Amino acid sequence: MSSEPLRPNADSHSSDTLIDIDHVTFGYDASRTILNDVSLTFPRGKVTAILGGSGCGKTTLLRLIGGVHPANKGVVRFDGEVVDARNREQLFRLRRRLGMLFQFGALFTDLSVFENVAFPLREHTDLDDTMIRDIVLMKLNAVGLRGAAPLRISEISGGMARRVALARAIALDPELIMYDEPFAGLDPISMAVAANLIRTLNDTTGATSLMVSHDVQECFSICDYAYLMSSQGRVVAHGRPAELNASEDPEVRQFIRGEPDGPVRFHYPARPLAEELGVKA
Amino acid sequence: MMTNPLTVLGRRSLNVLRGLGHNATFFADLLRNIPAALRRPFLVIAQVHAIGNLSLLIIMASGLAVGFVLALQSYYALVTYGASESLGLLVNLSLVRELGPVVTALLFAGRAGTSLTAEIGLMKAGEQLAAMEMMAIDPKSRVLAPRFLGGIVAMPVLAVLFSAIGILGAYVVAVQLIGVDDGNFWSIMQNGVDVWRDVGNGIIKSFVFGVICTFVAVYQGYETQATPEGVAHATTRTVVISSLSVLAMDFVLTALMFTHR
Repeated sequence: MSSEPLRPNADSHSSDTLIDIDHVTFGYDASRTILNDVSLTFPRGKVTAILGGSGCGKTTLLRLIGGVHPANKGVVRFDGEVVDARNREQLFRLRRRLGMLFQFGALFTDLSVFENVAFPLREHTDLDDTMIRDIVLMKLNAVGLRGAAPLRISEISGGMARRVALARAIALDPELIMYDEPFAGLDPISMAVAANLIRTLNDTTGATSLMVSHDVQECFSICDYAYLMSSQGRVVAHGRPAELNASEDPEVRQFIRGEPDGPVRFHYPARPLAEELGVKA
Repeated sequence: MMTNPLTVLGRRSLNVLRGLGHNATFFADLLRNIPAALRRPFLVIAQVHAIGNLSLLIIMASGLAVGFVLALQSYYALVTYGASESLGLLVNLSLVRELGPVVTALLFAGRAGTSLTAEIGLMKAGEQLAAMEMMAIDPKSRVLAPRFLGGIVAMPVLAVLFSAIGILGAYVVAVQLIGVDDGNFWSIMQNGVDVWRDVGNGIIKSFVFGVICTFVAVYQGYETQATPEGVAHATTRTVVISSLSVLAMDFVLTALMFTHR
């Protein structure tokens, strides 16, 4: 375990690395920096977790990898190729190699479960209906929802929607699967199902998985490596789950144990309470 | 803090120019994506149905009501000057030249435009458009262009139907209720209305209004803030901007089309 924001692999362009984030700084506007000189690498075929509190830039990191926004400084490399957010042709070529699970599924509400999963296949391939049907049913079977194929999106639960979205994300057998808060808002059973699916799909498809979350123990139960980000948009620690669990770093300990106060303050910066109330301390 | 009026003026002018530029590039983007939408006509047909067919009832009911009132008001005005035989012509020209395209466009903005804006806005709020982007599918090609084309196709058809139903409504009031001569009502219309100059220009107007209303609706939906308030404001803006643009453009088109005989 290291508390330095360094990349675990010295050679960022090695064939073992699928994604390389190299000294990236980003803010949606000039007044607020979300990511501050962040460097991370994501090895091929592994499940890597990015952990951190709300608003620390985890989802922004996924958006930068997907080329939704250009980095203000630094570069993002996908399989050695620099992601250029202004080059749509390159972006769409790269995006065909990745699948993304959005926090609330982002399913198309006017389509059925079946058609949602079939959507990327219909858009990107010339497969006939029989072939598409077989692939869709296989993907739905992988997430345990083959029987839900004819249902409308309004007829399924939040946990099921997340699994349908996962089936859609893997419809084209992507090299990289990105999960944005895959456990948020799920009941314990759905959470365990989702965690199990992420690990199983990663191992069976050989894809690289990258998930951002604040559910520490759920992530630690399935990931190979984890990065912990601070609210200042920096990587404060990274390592294997066991290494992070054993960490003595106060910020790491506070986050992993869910302590309300510590290096990350409970109170939003303010004047002393006594002064605010106009009484002597 | 004192602000120099010139600075304020400059900033506002720049904002207006920036907005116009953004609209223009968005429109160009939309046009660029039309061939891709045309390659999959079932998407456009679905939108013609969603936008056109579902607006049919309100358009036809309004057309009938406008025809009733127009016949009634015109008759009382014309009969004063002994010109009640011109009723059919007046009703027809009013409908095909002006009321058909304009009222249909205003109703279209309220019925179909708001629906388009809300649908696209909610797709954005639900990250459906972002999901498409991440699937390497351009939402402008898959979502916006088919809706834009659907609106452009539906609007002239709805305007023609509005005028036709309006004329039928006028016929019922003028001939069946008031007692204007049946043959005179139709023959003066046949003699006085030019297919290209009157009906044709009316259709061209409704086509232009269709472009305006549908563009405003998809633009507002796509550019909305992805919040409930954002979508609510976007739908309101759709109606306001579409209506004002249609009225302004109607004046320009009328001046160009009907000033010289």
